[in-house]
Amino acid sequence: MTTRIDRKFAALKAEGRPALVTYFMGGDPDFDTSLKIMKGLPGAGSDIIELGVPFSDPMADGPAIQAAGLRALKKGMSLTKTLDLAARFRQTDDTTPIVLMGYYNPIYIYGVDRFLVDATASGIDGLIIVDLPPEMDEELCIPAIKAGINFIRLATPTTDDKRLPKVLQNTSGFVYYVSMNGITGSALPDTRRVAAAVERIKKHTDLPVVVGFGVKTAEQAKVIGSAADGVVVGTAIVNAVANTINPDGSLVADPAEAVATMVKGLSSGVRASSLAAAE
Amino acid sequence: MNTVVEPNSFKTGPDEEGMFGIFGGRFVAETLMPLILELQQAYEDAKNDPSFKAELQALSTHYAGRPSKLYYAEGLTHHVRQMAKDQGLDGGAKIYFKREDLNHTGSHKINNCLGQILLAKRMGKTRIIAETGAGQHGVASATVSARFGLPCVVYMGATDVERQKPNVFRMKLLGAEVKPVSSGHGTLKDAMNEALRDWVSNVEDTYYLIGTAAGPHPYPELVRDFQSVIGTEAREQILEREGRLPDTIIAAVGGGSNAIGLFHPFLDDKSVEIIGIEAGGRGLDGEEHCASMSAGRPGVLHGNRTYLLQNKDGQILDGHSVSAGLDYPGVGPEHSWLRDTGRVSYVPILDDEALEAFTLTTRTEGIIPALESAHAIAHAVKIAPRMTQDKIMIVNLSGRGDKDVHTVGQLLGMDI
Repeated sequence: MTTRIDRKFAALKAEGRPALVTYFMGGDPDFDTSLKIMKGLPGAGSDIIELGVPFSDPMADGPAIQAAGLRALKKGMSLTKTLDLAARFRQTDDTTPIVLMGYYNPIYIYGVDRFLVDATASGIDGLIIVDLPPEMDEELCIPAIKAGINFIRLATPTTDDKRLPKVLQNTSGFVYYVSMNGITGSALPDTRRVAAAVERIKKHTDLPVVVGFGVKTAEQAKVIGSAADGVVVGTAIVNAVANTINPDGSLVADPAEAVATMVKGLSSGVRASSLAAAE
Repeated sequence: MNTVVEPNSFKTGPDEEGMFGIFGGRFVAETLMPLILELQQAYEDAKNDPSFKAELQALSTHYAGRPSKLYYAEGLTHHVRQMAKDQGLDGGAKIYFKREDLNHTGSHKINNCLGQILLAKRMGKTRIIAETGAGQHGVASATVSARFGLPCVVYMGATDVERQKPNVFRMKLLGAEVKPVSSGHGTLKDAMNEALRDWVSNVEDTYYLIGTAAGPHPYPELVRDFQSVIGTEAREQILEREGRLPDTIIAAVGGGSNAIGLFHPFLDDKSVEIIGIEAGGRGLDGEEHCASMSAGRPGVLHGNRTYLLQNKDGQILDGHSVSAGLDYPGVGPEHSWLRDTGRVSYVPILDDEALEAFTLTTRTEGIIPALESAHAIAHAVKIAPRMTQDKIMIVNLSGRGDKDVHTVGQLLGMDI
């Protein structure tokens, strides 16, 4: 069964360029604004949308995404509303893949079976659940695959060759290579090491490999993009939203516009990397 | 909620996947997965290595001061018998304290820290990180790090840094770096998040010395094993003193390491009633308590599935307890399983009741108990008068209360 994710990567392959994968936090700074942000992403050049589900205790995230999640929760965001956000987006866009990214507990409490039904109905194509390693595949990964939703796994520098097959076993859609050990928003690592790591993963899988953690500028997107099938940008986008918010919660600028401007810049980066790769 | 078939033995868990029934597991980011597998292997090796056991034994005896005493709390027993008399009863169970407060560093935490620092050494790790609530585990971590010459970073909620100042100072004296964490309510949960973020960023050289019997497998198992010395000793000591097993054993449960340490060796002694005391805070009606097993439901946090205080969207609540060491919205997974199997009952004790027990123990025994331990004592005092005088109970006096004098002084309106 092909999903929107599979079709997107096939199209990009034909186009000869890497994907721009953009993460933003659902409900940040509020539901309506984040819907506007989401709707603006494809037009600004985002190929795949990672929709963050806020969680009270985001153990693998740095200060920027922690703060975004708390802003969203304070405005009453929840998993239910995040699914609603996706459904509202789907009313006007039936092609851009949506990957839900977050932590397991809200899904566990929602109920895995009910969640998969509702996620499918909301047009969710894939899941990245940070705290579900392959050892816990029975929890959500296997049921998700049965429901036709891609379960996208993170591979990290600590995932050695011996462990890679286990990590890749039930992965579908794409592989998300976390380019460094650490939390989201950390500094960008050496690009040559990233390229070598992507090569290493590709020896074990035919799935597209996208690289994340630390990409902030068009130039970085270009460089990373030339070594991978896609580039994930998260913290930089979340920061773009944060920079439009005053300490009292009022807005100094339009968050959706700020995000679109940033994504357009990054998009020029990934589009340039196809040329760079061709050189 | 979850009906569980009673097992032949309550001491066989966890299984190979780190599960105690539906609880436990390894809910961690991929970055950490290879590390906890490595830790599991190292622990298996260590368990089968007589030299590891010998080194731990020697340190426990000569450095930590084990075995800790089993003390007949005659003053407190007299008090509960007087209480019984006042109610026209002639009851009043005999109360013993397992004196973990007499250990080096002043609590049971040293038992676990000695075991884990030896593991860290075996694994060639060169940097120690830890989380702490009351600061007891932070102090014990800083202590063993100093002893073995390793740098130590302790994450501590900003609220706890404020209410446990003496322990913060002790950690600094011992050479540890104390990093205050201001996210959330600035308590143990937030400190644990931050410690996990540090670990995920420093996987090569860093050993995460978890202070309680929670977190991803194998932590709940190995912390329990290192703490089980409490119950093993207590069982031998009571048999020697009284010629029989106790009727009731009681311990306070935050994450639950002192409790599982006392309970585990008694789990298959069916005649022994086992009671875990949760922090009832300001009462279970609102959100100002930490009674995850009395008022929470199963969820996934910090690497394991266990009872958690959470809202209907699965967002974790902060909770509240007067005692920083119990101020955690979850509990170790083995306790969750023991709760559901019915082997152990878990009941809440309010802030006020704990404070009263704190003062009572100080006055009747000349022992200043940690506020955590005061929760366990409070329950003992509550039930002892209605038990006959031939009944025996053991309360885990898990730590000493010197660290709490500021908090207690404030609550009692006394100037220090």
